[in-house]
Amino acid sequence: MIIKKNKGEAEHLLYLDNAATSWPKPPGVADAMVHFIESVGANPGRSGHRLSVEAARIVYRTREAIAQFFNISDSLRVVFGLNITDSINLALHGLLKPGDHVVITGMEHNAVMRPLHQLEKNSVMITQVACALEGTIDPNDVKKAILPNTRLVVVNHASNVCGTLLPIKEIGEIARHANLLFLVDSAQSAGTINIDMIRDQIDLLAFTGHKSLYGPMGTGGLILGERIDPQEINPIRQGGTGSRSEREEQPDFMPDCYESGTANAVGLAGLLAGLAWLNDVGVEKIQADEEKLCQQLINGLMEIPGVIVYGTHDAKKQTATVAWNMEGVEASTIGMRLDDEFGILCRVGLHCAPSAHRTIGTFPDGCVRFGLGAFNSQSDVERTLKSVARIAKEKT
Amino acid sequence: MKSLYVVFLVDSTSHALRIEIILHKQNIQSKLIPVPRHLSSDCGVCVRIAIDQREIAEKILESNKIAYQSIDVL
Repeated sequence: MIIKKNKGEAEHLLYLDNAATSWPKPPGVADAMVHFIESVGANPGRSGHRLSVEAARIVYRTREAIAQFFNISDSLRVVFGLNITDSINLALHGLLKPGDHVVITGMEHNAVMRPLHQLEKNSVMITQVACALEGTIDPNDVKKAILPNTRLVVVNHASNVCGTLLPIKEIGEIARHANLLFLVDSAQSAGTINIDMIRDQIDLLAFTGHKSLYGPMGTGGLILGERIDPQEINPIRQGGTGSRSEREEQPDFMPDCYESGTANAVGLAGLLAGLAWLNDVGVEKIQADEEKLCQQLINGLMEIPGVIVYGTHDAKKQTATVAWNMEGVEASTIGMRLDDEFGILCRVGLHCAPSAHRTIGTFPDGCVRFGLGAFNSQSDVERTLKSVARIAKEKT
Repeated sequence: MKSLYVVFLVDSTSHALRIEIILHKQNIQSKLIPVPRHLSSDCGVCVRIAIDQREIAEKILESNKIAYQSIDVL
């Protein structure tokens, strides 16, 4: 919560849009970025002088921190991209060939759907496994969707619309058993729930830095598990890497083969600080705290007449993202009123995930989404519930 | 003149940093320096250590399964 001076009056804003990006960031993130700009500044891996080496060292430390966080031993298998969407594009466009079949779920984000529909034009086949109204999936349905030409299974670990968690461990086992590759989109889950690439049998893990890893925007990446041969995934862009400069062909070693152009070292410095804070507090503690707030929010919303809450209604089965609507009031009106009259900031609409909205029955109207984060409190939830109750009361 | 250093040539700065960190953990000081032109036309960095630590450094890298392109005396 922050205080904003508005026409001379203090206005307490309540940020409930953490599913879009976490905010505020932990102490230390901005400092690390300022330190990079003011005292390091050079291009990582492009020169041999001390500041360039120091910049590369910060990027490398971030790589190591990410590898450790998701339990991968070789940090050079962490490929930084522009953001998670870019990294999902690398996985899908780099891996899939004409004739390949992909199994996906009914809860995917457009970061997966749009590249796949583009690839469909190039004879890649897609099977979308239907999910229940709550956004859950039966892993057996994934098994049944596997064909002789299936190459990849893609799962959105947690819905960006209603927070529902999908059983990646069970699906990972099915994929491994069928000798398929398994790609997990962890945009909404990484940092709020423990992910272990070995335990969960994940071959490709796409992550974002700016949500629950508490780094800045413009950070994210793809981690290639040990079963993946880098030759299997074609780079989707080529260019300067600071290595093998005498050659005009793309290098063939990790991570340079996928990381052309100057890295967002300022952002990665911030992400390193975000991860340090996260490790210090502990994912389990954040998960437990968010679970409590989420259940309080779900229960409170369900008690308000006319409010419909989507998803499982069980905070243990989802992230702290709550999707809801109010009978007779458009989601966009609620979003505007919460912002204008109550200083509560959330996201309404379709959340770049028409598939998920079709699954939960809110397409094409969309819904209101509250995204809680590590810096929200019980009193934030109470204030939110009071505000929603007031809108509901005025409606009648 | 007697040689004082050896350098490990590697694929990229990330590989050089990995060696730097592993050697540092074993109390071997290293320095990342620009690749000498007479060794390679690569414009990146390599890892320089004192020549009398060559043997122990090689052993450490071997036991950690860390690959490098070559070791050259400076």
